[in-house]
Amino acid sequence: MRYLPLTHDNRMEMLEAIGAKSVDDLYKDVPKKAFITGLANLPLHKGEMEVEKILSDYANQNHAACDGPFFLGAGCYYHHVPATVDYVIQRSEFLTAYTPYQPEIAQGTLQVIFEYQTMIAMITGMEIANASLYDGATAMAEAALMAMRLTRRNGIVLKGAPHPHYKEVLESYMKNFSDVALQGQVSEETACVIVQYPDFRGELHDLKAIRKECDAAGAKMVVVVNEIVALGMLPAPDMADIVCGEAQSVGLAMSFGGPHLGFMGCRAEYVRQMPGRLCGETVDADGRRSFVLTLSTREQHIRREKATSNICTNQGLCALAFTVHMALLGEGGFKHLAQLNHERACHLADALDKLEGVSVVNKTFFNEFVVKLSKPARDVVDALVKKGIIAGYPVSEHELLVTATEMTSADDIKTLCAELAGVLA
Amino acid sequence: MSEVVKLNTQNTNPSAHDPVFEKYAAKIGATRALMQEEPLLFEKEQADAPGVDLPELERKKPRTGLAIRDNIGLPQIKEPEVVRHFVRLSQQNYSIDTGFFPLGSCTMKHNPRLNEKLARLKGFAHLHPMQPTATTQGALGLMYRLQNYLADLSGLPAVCLTPAAGAHGELAGMMTIRRAHEAHGNTHKKLVLVPDSAHGTNPATAIMCGYQTKTISTKETGKLTLEAFKEALGDGHDVAAMMVTNPNTCGLFEPEIDKIVELLHKAGAYFYCDGANFNALVGKIRPGDFGVDVMHFNLHKTFSTPHGGGGPGSGPIGVCEALRPYMPVPEVVRDEDDTYRLSMDREDTSLGRLKGFQGQFGMHVRALTYMLSHGADGLKQVAEDAVLNANYILSQLKDDYHVPFAGPCMHECLLTDKFQKDAGVTTSDIAKTLIEFGIHPMTVYFPLVLQGTMLIEPTETETKESIDRFIAIMKMVAEKVRGGETDIFHDYPLSSPRRRLDEVTAARHPKLRWSAAKDQAAE
Repeated sequence: MRYLPLTHDNRMEMLEAIGAKSVDDLYKDVPKKAFITGLANLPLHKGEMEVEKILSDYANQNHAACDGPFFLGAGCYYHHVPATVDYVIQRSEFLTAYTPYQPEIAQGTLQVIFEYQTMIAMITGMEIANASLYDGATAMAEAALMAMRLTRRNGIVLKGAPHPHYKEVLESYMKNFSDVALQGQVSEETACVIVQYPDFRGELHDLKAIRKECDAAGAKMVVVVNEIVALGMLPAPDMADIVCGEAQSVGLAMSFGGPHLGFMGCRAEYVRQMPGRLCGETVDADGRRSFVLTLSTREQHIRREKATSNICTNQGLCALAFTVHMALLGEGGFKHLAQLNHERACHLADALDKLEGVSVVNKTFFNEFVVKLSKPARDVVDALVKKGIIAGYPVSEHELLVTATEMTSADDIKTLCAELAGVLA
Repeated sequence: MSEVVKLNTQNTNPSAHDPVFEKYAAKIGATRALMQEEPLLFEKEQADAPGVDLPELERKKPRTGLAIRDNIGLPQIKEPEVVRHFVRLSQQNYSIDTGFFPLGSCTMKHNPRLNEKLARLKGFAHLHPMQPTATTQGALGLMYRLQNYLADLSGLPAVCLTPAAGAHGELAGMMTIRRAHEAHGNTHKKLVLVPDSAHGTNPATAIMCGYQTKTISTKETGKLTLEAFKEALGDGHDVAAMMVTNPNTCGLFEPEIDKIVELLHKAGAYFYCDGANFNALVGKIRPGDFGVDVMHFNLHKTFSTPHGGGGPGSGPIGVCEALRPYMPVPEVVRDEDDTYRLSMDREDTSLGRLKGFQGQFGMHVRALTYMLSHGADGLKQVAEDAVLNANYILSQLKDDYHVPFAGPCMHECLLTDKFQKDAGVTTSDIAKTLIEFGIHPMTVYFPLVLQGTMLIEPTETETKESIDRFIAIMKMVAEKVRGGETDIFHDYPLSSPRRRLDEVTAARHPKLRWSAAKDQAAE
């Protein structure tokens, strides 16, 4: 077995040193009934060639986004990732490091986290950011819990159209507390108002009006972003108290749903109620600038039952991928990419709107919007799959959410329109 | 003592005690040979164009209904310097690929590169989680196979792959238990029993589930005794569950687990097993067969997916048949026509959705690759070699270090600094000495049941040679301390990219981001 270096002689020698006759002597405290008789019900070990064959067979059964025109978004986006990103994140020293608990030999990871925190803070318009959360949906739930701790209130208001999965995750988390309620209206009980920017249907809301409503009720304002590329073009949601969401779009493949990258920024005064890891600047014994995980008195390994969250391992390598991609994009590239996405979406909207039986519903949008179809959206999607097109996400019986990114070509749009016209005819 | 571990009493920090270097360091930068100092991205020379080339823009009127964003403040650097930046930073990291990494309870084993290669196949990487299932049968089939393998290895028939990490798996598992109690009208069950040796995530998770915790003391023996358990259980009326890591964080298998679980189940409470230490058991022992009702698997520990400097992890859960209706949705099912789908069928009874999409699929690919590589025979050998290595270390160090609880241990062994502390050398000093000698420290000051603990987990992917070198260094430290040579241990590490850090200042005056100089002046 190629990953197991002990020799037979090593094993014998070690058993002798221990004073045990066999390895099973070392398992003497385990109840007999729990031992597997013989071997577990898995195949026997395989060489690289065989394993590669099995996994490739699985991969080949799937229709990848690069296999045809692709217009699905809805919280997970098909963007281009520069080759450098995947090269850097596979450096052994990043890939196979642990959480940087020994800062003397983890400055690489720590400096990257510090740079990542700075980038997220800048992009969200917040003063500080943490070192990542699992994904956008759990980030939103953590933001709601954080607002509840800050206000000692238990009501949550969702504005506009949140991602349905995000809403479901929030509801699951909140079910643990009998006194927490999703409210229709902002009141004195409201801990926070959550608004998605752009929302699930691609519309943009007036954040200033929501800020006013929050201020009047003493509630916190949480802005959720599930397409972070939008923040390269839209004004920063800097009037919010907490900005959180999903950053998969920068540096990460869609990978059938994960690993993605949850982010969270907030006002500096809320730092002690923030969940997750934080990296801060300090000096070492020689006075050199250094970085270290800090404020861990908020965290489970120190505070146990009094921690702000149970989160431990988060999305470190994904935060690295984000940082590398964002470093390559830079100020100019990030804004350029955002506008390119918007322009492609404008082209898609114009092309679709011309078709018989299709009309664009949105008044505003960034890179995705809803179209109304003359036939059921689910049937249209299934019919287009047969033509090799992934058309979008049905949001209601006759409505389809479609997305364009920098990966969407003029030919893709032309193919979609031609086939869609056929399906709707 | 071998030459390799001979104590180096020279201060080897290259930036110190070299008059030529010191004189010019400020002018030319502190970088020296392969010790590359690297500024923040924001401090580097800025380019006048981005490090990517994108198609030209048309710059028509936007349809966002909003103004176009003004200055963000991001840096701008061309690709060659971006690559150098991150390569230099990487060289300041210790990793499994660098050397021995016996970090207890973290299972820092070799991460096969085949896993990485296969997770990047286009049919996996460029797959959207909400594509029509007709286009994702391969991915769903893979997840279904992983579910079955985890079920078989754990003896827990229902598996949910959704959770994103170990702590998220704990949350999923404990919420499953909570939903089951609610469904049975047992809303009075509010209490979760947690031993004092537990990972911090256990009590934090119980609280996040709206439960209260009650601590079971294990200080005397490092084990859960029937007596201490009975005292914590009381009449069991209010007890919803017990969260236990088994093997536990002292490196021991709980010998009385059978009797304890019997009483726990009699009280109508569930046994949650923290699966962080599954590496001692995988392929050999099934937790479901010693009474576990729910457990999580750390794919990034037992099943070799990389730790990545702090994630992404993946923490699927396995549950007993009685709890299946309550675990999170979605779940991959195979229909009668042999097609797979993401099922929401249990939506009415389930605790609901816990993650945006169906889990860390990229980690599922890696874990299945690892399982197929090892097979049933290889996995059993994994557990046995991991346990053998830990017991060997224990046998070699038991005369030099205080062993609080007698072995045999499982896949990790526990020592303390009791024999060294009075001479002024603490666990922290020992850890920093290991750094100086090119080994990553063990887990220190955990578990919290004793002072100065050192939890050592060698894993199965080490050679005897590398384990012997670790033992030799540990013995050298003990010998020097016995001989009264202790001063040097307070200064280590000397040769690492950084020496000991001022963590107090970091926490007292948190500086959590870079700011442009003018902002800093204004603060």
